[in-house]
Amino acid sequence: MRFERREHRSTALVIAAPLIAVAGAFAITGILIAIAGAPVFEAYWRILTGAFGSRLSATETLTRATPLILTGLAAAVAFRARLWNIGGEGQFYLGAIAVAAASAHIARGLPSLVQIPLLFVVGAAAGMLLLLLPLWLRLRFSVDEVVTTLLLNFVALLFVSMLIDGVLKDPAAFGWPQSEAVDAAARLPKLLARSRLHIGLGLAVAIAFIVYFVQSRTVFGLQSRAAGLNPSGAAFAGVPLARTLVIVAMISGGLAGLAGAIEVLGVKGYVTNDLSPGYGYSGIVVAMLANLNPLGVVLAALFTAVMFVGADGMSRSMGIPTYIADVTVALSLLSMLIAVFFTQYRIRR
Amino acid sequence: MNDAALEILGVSKRFGDNLANDDISLSLAKGEIVALLGENGAGKTTLMSILFGHYVPDTGSVTAMGKELPPGKPRAAIRAGIGMVHQHFSLAPNLTVLENVMTGTESLCSPVSNVAAGRKKLLGISERFGLKVDPAARVGDLSVGEQQRVEILKALYNDARILVLDEPTAVLTNIEAEKLFSTFKEMARLGLSLIFISHKLDEVMATADRIVVLRGGKLVAERKASETSKAELAELMVGRKVTRPVRDPSTPGQVGIEAAGVTVRVGGVDRLKSIDFRVLTGEVLGIIGVSGNGQATLAQLLSGTVGRTAGDLFLFGQHVGDLTVADAVATGIGRIPEDRNREGAIGEMAIWENAILERLARFSRRGLVDRKAAIAFAGRILSAFDVRGGSPTSRTRLLSGGNMQKLILGRNLIEHPRILLAAQPARGLDEGAVAAVHERILDARRAGTAVLLISEDLDEVMMLADRIQAIVGGRLSPPVRAQDADARKLGLMMAGEWEGREVTDAV
Repeated sequence: MRFERREHRSTALVIAAPLIAVAGAFAITGILIAIAGAPVFEAYWRILTGAFGSRLSATETLTRATPLILTGLAAAVAFRARLWNIGGEGQFYLGAIAVAAASAHIARGLPSLVQIPLLFVVGAAAGMLLLLLPLWLRLRFSVDEVVTTLLLNFVALLFVSMLIDGVLKDPAAFGWPQSEAVDAAARLPKLLARSRLHIGLGLAVAIAFIVYFVQSRTVFGLQSRAAGLNPSGAAFAGVPLARTLVIVAMISGGLAGLAGAIEVLGVKGYVTNDLSPGYGYSGIVVAMLANLNPLGVVLAALFTAVMFVGADGMSRSMGIPTYIADVTVALSLLSMLIAVFFTQYRIRR
Repeated sequence: MNDAALEILGVSKRFGDNLANDDISLSLAKGEIVALLGENGAGKTTLMSILFGHYVPDTGSVTAMGKELPPGKPRAAIRAGIGMVHQHFSLAPNLTVLENVMTGTESLCSPVSNVAAGRKKLLGISERFGLKVDPAARVGDLSVGEQQRVEILKALYNDARILVLDEPTAVLTNIEAEKLFSTFKEMARLGLSLIFISHKLDEVMATADRIVVLRGGKLVAERKASETSKAELAELMVGRKVTRPVRDPSTPGQVGIEAAGVTVRVGGVDRLKSIDFRVLTGEVLGIIGVSGNGQATLAQLLSGTVGRTAGDLFLFGQHVGDLTVADAVATGIGRIPEDRNREGAIGEMAIWENAILERLARFSRRGLVDRKAAIAFAGRILSAFDVRGGSPTSRTRLLSGGNMQKLILGRNLIEHPRILLAAQPARGLDEGAVAAVHERILDARRAGTAVLLISEDLDEVMMLADRIQAIVGGRLSPPVRAQDADARKLGLMMAGEWEGREVTDAV
């Protein structure tokens, strides 16, 4: 058996690949569910009803999808330009804590229309800063950013932990490590009353369209793609490599920071150590599932959110561990990578 | 034939719409050297890959030493005594020569590696065929020619009786190539059979016993080397008479580029040492030299991708400071880079994107790419420069080497540049594409462009250039007029001897 490169990639294949990949992942997970002793199709039905069966669960799924869209975009933008930003988690937390601090101590009292955009900028800037440092190390000393961005996650997390147990600690929190609540004027308006769903969702989807437009239509998009695909070819054509990467890093880190900001302002209102159930890392999975396509990121984020929220429901009613969601998402990623491979190669016997 | 070492019978292979091999049969006798000649895309490499079991043919069979090989099994091919030397080496640079040669020859389960025996066998082979190497040397430290020797030794170490070489001279200097061919003859004398792929007529005529010509996937001719000529082969290869372009006398005008005492230091080494040259409009200045003597840096300097350390550079009499890529393009310097896959084009991007990448300022408005104009521009290049095998929106990687080079040439020449920098413009191209590229360069010269041609192909420089300078160790010789130059004189210049003085390479 041999693999040969496909000369042409048909559109049908590119669209079908992720669907087949997800179907394959479900098939394999089905075996695991059966081993756990539950009826497979009912389990999947429970995942679906768990994610969309009630108003509460549907809004919860969308609320979960919101930060995933943003961290997914952060990873997709960076990976497109071959900037391996693994630091989404740290950028998320830094964006979150910057917003919490700014709102509670500096911007307090400003009207919503001024304060919210201002805080968005603050959160994005914090995320940017955390990615610009590893980029500088890469450009100046050729330090691999995979290592630096990954390790900075732990630095950022511990730093946030220190702040919310120290200077930013909420004195009214009965000793729990959490930051002071943000100003009420800074809270994002809800999309639906009596739910956690906030306007951040619309914002995230809009940003996905903007990123798509920037990547496919603008000079910067063309240049960053060229820089990622073939740096020496891009340099020969006059693409300013360092500048392009700096802008890519600012967008990527900014989006991850913004995800943290929106999560704080939209959902909790304050920062704790468990603000993110790994949104930054899941963003990498989302980006890969979407094959780095910004619009695909929206769908991949939704899929991931459905799995996580739905698996909770399934677990409660059928007594299967929620880890099945992790397994399904992980298997989807693996089968997606294989599917992407087969859009590029064919099998010859 | 009974004494055939290798027999290929009715092999066909189809890739999508493209019939890469169409019912090809050929045989190779013991002790024979056969050259497989053909343009890029004629199906040579596909045929060799089938022979070695990398591809499975749609029809047909391969028989080695009287035994039919199972399709798609490289291991079976190795066992049957076929050794393949690829164009791109498959050596581990961090291992020694001996380790590379022995890799894969011993069972993974054997407790110890029998290094002493391996070393003895390797030295024996190396002695017998006159392929000298140091078994303890690290492969990464060896020159390209020596690495190729290691590849050949590796095949021989596996007891190959049939050697298949894919464009063995593509990476070698002329002297290395000559040495390689005398080794070929020695191996054939000792009873080995060889097939090598080439599109260089000289080496095919000089080395092979028999020449097989492929064109468009078909075997079009088989000739004994003693019964054919270069002209006939060239014609068979491209399927029509090749007319080498005719040059009008030069009518040079003003000075296009002038370099005075330019030094370029890269990574602490002076790659160019106080060089002087000038190129007039309407003339071609040829820079000849064995590769690795500073040509790449010279090309980068004028491409705007590397800055100079000392000296002055003038474009049309104007002193230029730091030349950037944008400046170069804006000044009207057409740039043909040495390595079209690495620098000239981005394979994964569309043809239209590659056509305008260096001219984004012109094909965009307020940061938005003007796709429509860009695609129209690419379409104009494709038709004006006869680029085949793609449309403006198809991926550039799908183009063959010659067509990609025509695209690069086209995006530079369609705008009538005032200066044209052509670095190894015909390298790796087949006869038909070479002629097309040369024609275009002479067209540009006629139109009054100042052309700087950097090449290591003596014929190319003799044919195109009006004046010639040699580059040796980062220094440039004084120019000679093309009509005063002959192969001997240029050879001496390339060896660093000009004006009767030997240039000592003091760093």
